[in-house]
Amino acid sequence: MFYREAGDYKTSYTDDGQTFPIKFDRYRYYFVLFVAFALIPFMLNDYWVNAIFMPFLIYSIAAIGLNILVGYCGQVSLGTGGFMAVGAYACYKFMTGIDIWLGGVQYALPPINIFLSVILAGGVTAIVGVLFGLPSLRIKGFYLAVATLAAQFFLVWLFNKWEWAYNYSASGQINAPERFVFGVPVTGPNTEAWATYLFCLVFVTIVAVLARNLTRGASGRKWMAIRDMDIAAEIIGVNPLKAKLTAFAVSSFFIGIAGALFFSVYLGAVEVGEAFGINKSFLVLFMVIIGGLGSIFGSFAGAAFLVLLPVLLKNVLVGGLGWPTDLAAHLEFLIVGALIIAFLIAEPHGLAQLWRVAKEKLRLWPFPH
Amino acid sequence: MSDQLVYAMEVFLNGLMAGVLYALVALGFVLIYKASGIFNYAQGVMALFSAATLVGIMKGQVPFSHLINAIFDTDVHHFGWHLPALAGILLAAAFMVLLAWMVQKFVFRHLVGQEPIILFMATIGLAYFLEGFSDLMWGSEIKKLDVGLPQGINLWIDETTFNIFDYGFFIDNLDIVATVIAAILVFALVLFSQYTKQGRAMRAVADDHQAALSVGINLNFIWVMVWSLAGFVALVAGIMWGTKSGVQFSLSLIALKALPVLMLGGFTSIPGAIVGGLIIGVGEKLFEFAIGPMVGGATENWFAYVLALIFLVFRPQGLFGEKIIERV
Repeated sequence: MFYREAGDYKTSYTDDGQTFPIKFDRYRYYFVLFVAFALIPFMLNDYWVNAIFMPFLIYSIAAIGLNILVGYCGQVSLGTGGFMAVGAYACYKFMTGIDIWLGGVQYALPPINIFLSVILAGGVTAIVGVLFGLPSLRIKGFYLAVATLAAQFFLVWLFNKWEWAYNYSASGQINAPERFVFGVPVTGPNTEAWATYLFCLVFVTIVAVLARNLTRGASGRKWMAIRDMDIAAEIIGVNPLKAKLTAFAVSSFFIGIAGALFFSVYLGAVEVGEAFGINKSFLVLFMVIIGGLGSIFGSFAGAAFLVLLPVLLKNVLVGGLGWPTDLAAHLEFLIVGALIIAFLIAEPHGLAQLWRVAKEKLRLWPFPH
Repeated sequence: MSDQLVYAMEVFLNGLMAGVLYALVALGFVLIYKASGIFNYAQGVMALFSAATLVGIMKGQVPFSHLINAIFDTDVHHFGWHLPALAGILLAAAFMVLLAWMVQKFVFRHLVGQEPIILFMATIGLAYFLEGFSDLMWGSEIKKLDVGLPQGINLWIDETTFNIFDYGFFIDNLDIVATVIAAILVFALVLFSQYTKQGRAMRAVADDHQAALSVGINLNFIWVMVWSLAGFVALVAGIMWGTKSGVQFSLSLIALKALPVLMLGGFTSIPGAIVGGLIIGVGEKLFEFAIGPMVGGATENWFAYVLALIFLVFRPQGLFGEKIIERV
């Protein structure tokens, strides 16, 4: 992997500490931002946004969150679906105004702006995440993975039974009311494709920049030390309590944001067992594995891959060959499973590593020595 | 005796029975974990797959019929025979051996020496693969499985308890059969691992791969054997659960409950799996009975996991597990 290029001398600390120290990477980053913010919004229609861009962006956030926990800090979590549910329900409560009953009198906060609601929902999820992360100090490896299943099942059950969480609605569902950012609706029935896209994109950008800088800073290095060998890390002075819990907090914060967006902007109405079941946890975990453990780019790649694969299969098999839909769905399971195994055998660092290797090869090409 | 106490006793007994079934699934986990250090998440799906295969074989379904019909535009469904249960079970068991061999050859041989967590994730991939494969092969609808096991309320227990407590306990015949079979299976497994040559080799492999290799034990054979055994246990579990609630996707979720059972009992202990299963089975039924109505019911979904989580904080190796010693 290239960290610095020969002949590219940095003469100031600001230059040296840049997010992308290689010039080519930096320009590509600006280019991607330009395309994403200035070009794509004009070319979108509803189908593209709903089938591809929204799930891609939202799952990217979730995958980045999980990657911090699994890829950087080495704590495998199967509770992603449950944490997304916390984000979704917290966002719903903030959007509609939190109400508290004291002695028969209802005290309610006014509804909070959707942008702040999403962020606050992330904060609530972070607190829940830290709570469920506490056992990680004693439990390790797949013991912890199974322990996080407790979070998954408990949280889904909680939001099924706790009427306050869904405002006592008869169906038990939560529905996103119409909310505006700068006078443009981003949730509810009357949204436009570009508005929802941009709204999610802003969050993705913030999250990605945050994650990138966290992981290459002091906290990220502590996480990686814990991942590589926690006892050794403890001996060289990394506080495992702090490192693990911050990883859980940051990770759940991002996953909570993803859950909030998934509910409010993307789906609009959510039934908790269906939208945030155990399969969601696995889906996000697979994105992280296929994309690349311990890589921000990998989170995007994995999310894109697993969002596109079903769409592609559906278009080819159902649309092209006329197969029944359920057959395509089964085939998708089979292919995803096989891919996971293949990636773990051939390339445990996922798509990100393939991309990295290809890049290095191309840079030296045609004179590899 | 007060009514509540009598009800609680019935719940307790039913919990014990359910616990046996959990223990049955957990056994498969322990076998593989002991011999190869792989935490096999796919065990539940293997139960589903084996049960679906059994139903398919008994009914003479054409494998992949949906796929064939979709590709070639044909209309095949059944070969048109019905096999007796015993032949079906034997064939299904043979099929699980074949599966074990394939899993070993195509997946885990290439992952020898990887970190446990990577192996764990590979089994999650395997679970997805098998799930899709099973649905493709036999269809995804809920299938009825009937291999001639007795079902329904046990009248003898009903009458006896009625005479004693004035209240007849409802205990399913199937649960009793399952308990007996599980007991036989455990006994047989213990005998096998203690007193046969292969069983001894299996324990040697579990102890130290390289030392086992150096005294001439064929690692590959042992691993295939262990996966076959696990497949066989999965088949038994699949038959039990399948007869009880039909062969369907939720089977693999029930099997997921074997995980907290294992964590409670310790990953490396066969008695641990049994005791853990009983504790979880009884615990969740009693909790649902006592606390459930206060919080809206359906606590069985999460109770086992939360119990295991809390328990592990105090004793990370489980009840009967070997003490975890970590070195840098």
